[in-house]
Amino acid sequence: MADVRLKGISKSFGKTLAVDNIDLTIENGGFVVLLGPTGAGKTTILRLIAGLEQPEEGEIYIGERSVIGETPAQRDVAMVFQQYSLYPHMSVRENLAFPLRSPILRTPEAQIREKVQQVAEVLLIDHKLDNKATALSGGEMQRVSIGRALVREPSIYLMDEPLSSLDAKLRSDLRIELKRLHASLGATLLYVTHDQIEAMTMATQVGVLDEGKLVQFGTPREIYENPVSLYVASRLGSPRINALPADLFSGSPAAAKTIGLRPEHIQHGEGQPATVARIEPLGDQTRLHLTLQGHEIVTLIDPHTDLEPGDILSIQPRNPLYFDANGARIAQGG
Amino acid sequence: MAEIIIKNLRKEFGEFTAVQSSTFKIEDGEFFMLLGPSGCGKTTTLRMIAGLELPTSGQIYIDGEEVSQMPASQRDIAFVFQMFALYPHMNVRKNISYPLISQGMSRSDVREKVEEVARILGIEKLLNKPVGGLSGGDRQRVALGRAIVRDPKCFLMDEPLGALDAEFREYMAEELRALHDRMNATTVYVTHDQLEAMQMGDKIVVMNHGVVEQFGRPQDIYDKPASMFVAEFIGSPPMNFLKFHGNVEAGDSQVSLHHQSLPMPTLHEAFDGDMVYGVRPEHIRFSDASSYRGEIIATEYLGTTQIVTLDTANGSVKARIPSELKVSTGETVGLEFNPKTISVFDSQSGRALRSALNEGVLGHG
Repeated sequence: MADVRLKGISKSFGKTLAVDNIDLTIENGGFVVLLGPTGAGKTTILRLIAGLEQPEEGEIYIGERSVIGETPAQRDVAMVFQQYSLYPHMSVRENLAFPLRSPILRTPEAQIREKVQQVAEVLLIDHKLDNKATALSGGEMQRVSIGRALVREPSIYLMDEPLSSLDAKLRSDLRIELKRLHASLGATLLYVTHDQIEAMTMATQVGVLDEGKLVQFGTPREIYENPVSLYVASRLGSPRINALPADLFSGSPAAAKTIGLRPEHIQHGEGQPATVARIEPLGDQTRLHLTLQGHEIVTLIDPHTDLEPGDILSIQPRNPLYFDANGARIAQGG
Repeated sequence: MAEIIIKNLRKEFGEFTAVQSSTFKIEDGEFFMLLGPSGCGKTTTLRMIAGLELPTSGQIYIDGEEVSQMPASQRDIAFVFQMFALYPHMNVRKNISYPLISQGMSRSDVREKVEEVARILGIEKLLNKPVGGLSGGDRQRVALGRAIVRDPKCFLMDEPLGALDAEFREYMAEELRALHDRMNATTVYVTHDQLEAMQMGDKIVVMNHGVVEQFGRPQDIYDKPASMFVAEFIGSPPMNFLKFHGNVEAGDSQVSLHHQSLPMPTLHEAFDGDMVYGVRPEHIRFSDASSYRGEIIATEYLGTTQIVTLDTANGSVKARIPSELKVSTGETVGLEFNPKTISVFDSQSGRALRSALNEGVLGHG
């Protein structure tokens, strides 16, 4: 295991600049999640590190070694793709053992057996080891493809939305499983997703990408509580942060164009009268859709509220976030 | 507009019974969710309402008319499938227009109607594109458009958002619900996603192994689950189950777990044997005053709240607490449970014991 460092990496496809001068360090033992919408450059960064794409500019280091000239095999990385690709003619056991049978590694058979068994148990597929890979459900196939990366001990695991094709229950189980694996193996992971829950719950650091640029890098808490821009603020948080004209409430700084209100920034019972448009129960809490002077606001309220559509609820901001005309965060005293 | 009544509905496929004996009522204009894990019989139930499967026994009434043995074409319903079926050789506009043109609607009316539907679904710009090049999400919007455009008696939807990514699914869920509120057409919606069911549904039927486990309003099902299956299937993270052995009497409002007396709603029945004390993560508070202790083994930050996993004498417990509260792994804390919210279950059958909490809600199923 080693630090993985990207310095000034750029990559275009035709006229599109997919990755724009990125500096990024994934520390040894870190679990870095790159978060961004489709087209932000997340997958391209993974492929550049894996050696599946070549950058036009910049350097990539694994430990002290520059790997730009190396083939994917020489780089000693393990990649898990969004779409599982298994060898259909092999059993689950053979699929899992395959990376260890690479002539470069020369792993003894007994060790292969042990490792495959161990990984299969972690991923809860040990009872399917002798099944054909094609005789599995989608979720099981994806676990085998994650398992194929886990049998190895590469410098870094690169994962491209590995959970996106699984159902909610399995996704939440595997989130905890991946986090546990990371903690117990001390593995270094770079993980790409557009799912904010995955980013918040698993990452040691989150990198937020916007059109090929790395716009913020920090712990999930830093990103959530101290976003540098409205764009970053709206990537994390459910319900999504409410972006409203700054003059809707008094007390906004002069330069502020937009006020950002998360549910915890909205105080009920005082301030401006908002109309309840819809009440949406989530179980543990209830989502309240409000309208205030023609603006929609979504916030959270106790599930046993007696509010009904049409009711008036006064609201006012409490320690909100302010953004200027370009969407950049305006720092505040206190 | 339609009211749908399902009575003792049963479906067998050879040896396998997909649906045992379902009974529930869908009111006119309701957004009604059929919820359960894969293989629970929810899609089979929907297909029987549509007329795509004929029941082995039982009745289906749409607006008072018994339709269970009628072909799909006579039921005036629109079905939106999980896998969107579009005409690949037609563009988006023609795909959406098709049901109207085959009904003989005039060109200008079709045009107007299609544009309204396209606006609702946010696909105005795609109208003249071939369906071949569309993303999964856009294809599903076109498929929805084709169902909406006909104004049928009711909509039947089989996981229509299942193939979309999380962010867009959220957006579409809100759109669909808003659409329903404007049109007020009875909608029966199949999903395995509990949050989608809670968020969108007026009522939910929870199914498991072909059996209706519970039927009711989303918040009631969440707060007052009829069984451990429901308590675990709904809510994320699910309800915590603390296992214990003992006996309780009607009128009790305390139970003893690991030598600690814990509060619960007054029971309305007695029980002797293995039981489960069920508490939702958000109804646990940390309190130094409590002698029921747990060791913090993990925390998951979620922004507004955090999920804390603890080890207790009765097993692993997850608590949802505000994220301002600083907690650290390895710490031992006292736990307080909100007494009004507790469910107590018979561990073996999974059934909830009757209590002041759930009296009046159970027995729907």
